[in-house]
Amino acid sequence: MKSILPVLTIIGAILLLWVLAVIPMNMHLTADQAQRDGLVVSPDTPNARQEYSGFGLTLRNPALITATFVQERPRLPSPHQVAVEMWNTIVLQKISSKRSLVYHGWVTLSATLLGFGIGTSLGILLAVGIVYNRAMDMSVMPWAIASQTIPILALAPMIIVMLGSIGIQGLFPKAIISAYLSFFPVVVGMVKGLRSPDGMQLDLLRTYHASPSQGFWKLRLPASVPYLFASLKIGISASLVGAIVAELPTGARAGFGARMLVGDQYGQPLVTWAALFAAAITAAALVGLFSLLERLTLRRMGMVQA
Amino acid sequence: MIWAGIIGALGIWAVGWFINTRLANGPQSSTRFVQLLVPIIFGVTLLLMWEWLVRMLEVSAVILPAPSVIGERLMQEGPRLWADFEQTVIKGAATGYIIGGIAAFGVAILADRSEFLTRGILPVGGFMAALPIVGTAPIFVKWLGSDWESKAAVVGVMVFFPILVNTVAGLRDTTVMQRDLMRTYGAGYWPTLFKLRLPAAMPFIFNGLKIATTLALIGAIVAEFFGSPTVGMGFRISTSVGQLALDMVWAEIVIAAIAGSSLYGLMAWIEGRVTFWHPSQRK
Repeated sequence: MKSILPVLTIIGAILLLWVLAVIPMNMHLTADQAQRDGLVVSPDTPNARQEYSGFGLTLRNPALITATFVQERPRLPSPHQVAVEMWNTIVLQKISSKRSLVYHGWVTLSATLLGFGIGTSLGILLAVGIVYNRAMDMSVMPWAIASQTIPILALAPMIIVMLGSIGIQGLFPKAIISAYLSFFPVVVGMVKGLRSPDGMQLDLLRTYHASPSQGFWKLRLPASVPYLFASLKIGISASLVGAIVAELPTGARAGFGARMLVGDQYGQPLVTWAALFAAAITAAALVGLFSLLERLTLRRMGMVQA
Repeated sequence: MIWAGIIGALGIWAVGWFINTRLANGPQSSTRFVQLLVPIIFGVTLLLMWEWLVRMLEVSAVILPAPSVIGERLMQEGPRLWADFEQTVIKGAATGYIIGGIAAFGVAILADRSEFLTRGILPVGGFMAALPIVGTAPIFVKWLGSDWESKAAVVGVMVFFPILVNTVAGLRDTTVMQRDLMRTYGAGYWPTLFKLRLPAAMPFIFNGLKIATTLALIGAIVAEFFGSPTVGMGFRISTSVGQLALDMVWAEIVIAAIAGSSLYGLMAWIEGRVTFWHPSQRK
């Protein structure tokens, strides 16, 4: 609770910077527009205005400052324009409409969740294999670690085309990319977690004459839960990024990535910005959800003080 | 033919796995040589299976090219791949990485003087680092044109937050006892910063720098999907996918993988030099 005021201050500072940046960024556009509307602009030709920076032009035309915030196709939209566009596309549209961001969000989110589910389950299985099989550990683990340094997202367009040419389209190729991105963080985190019980705890189980499977269910698996949640939080945001990027280069017609591309290609910056912020809010909500689950689970398990 | 392919692949797997199991459970298993050899055998086994399956099942090159074909492409297209590498990694990713890193470091040092700002920056920065920032790529391409400047900007924004959060967290990582000791020496803010707090923050800073290497490559490659000159790894990947020249795509991915691991390796090497005193680096 102590950090609410500082956090609000930082967010306020970012918003202020954004609002201030809108003026010089949109000044040339606004000046051109104002001249077409018959207002006096100095200097009075577009070419002469190109000589000036956004700041310089603002100083010479202070009367135009308010107009920079209401451009229809701004280079940098102001925060309230983005908010209005989001309100219009999230709340005022019917959910089934192609213009509704909720609809596009669900397209991306379903691929994200499916992929995340696949990636996480496979990751946990592989981690169990690695912990119990020395050959697997020595063969796979170096590759799992090395693969985190590789820009896997570059594979996205190829995977989509590859699966498309054998007849798989739609949700599944995107889910594969999401799965791939969430897979390795989960493997690495779970291996660490399953190995976290120390020698004393393992010895204690041996003195109880516990079987290996009891050792797994009663000691290793519970001990790995905090590590699992840390990986899940990384994995879910990576999955979302994966699903969005998978929509970008392939001409997808629905999803956050498709909206960003549409806004970019048809010169509607507000569409791009609204999709970007909706994606950011989705990512935040997903990570927040897992943080909440983490806190509840760990409290139930007695791993943190209530 | 299909059965021969599948049985052969299983055979290759069995041989590779047999050798690895023997090595891993053998008496030599903790020597450095075996620890290096086992993953290499595993990788080679996978490559052989891939090659064998593609040849025996006659998989079309449009779906999955054989490793040998990709290797051949790597040899033939050296100059073109080098030009792409230069455009994307050196001009786009490295420039953005350096700019973003310096900016993040500067902001961290400034914010560090105020406990209030630090408390605000840590959660906000951590939150921003989890966002799909790569989606800003179309906006930057529109602002800065399609050459490497826009890629550097995307990369700069992407690497900024992880480095910022790690640096701020690192600068807080000294104990009261250590700071008091500096005060008894009569050290002011700057000597304490340079002689105690920055060195203590180095493991954190390098952690951020290492995370950022992968992000930088992703940013530079993905930003090229939105518009680029006719050179660059992202450009080549998206156009080659369009031409169904998948061997070229794989060749670019091999280059990207090598670039990613070597950048990471470079950072880890510098880290070893700078933080030689840290327990995790002691031999």
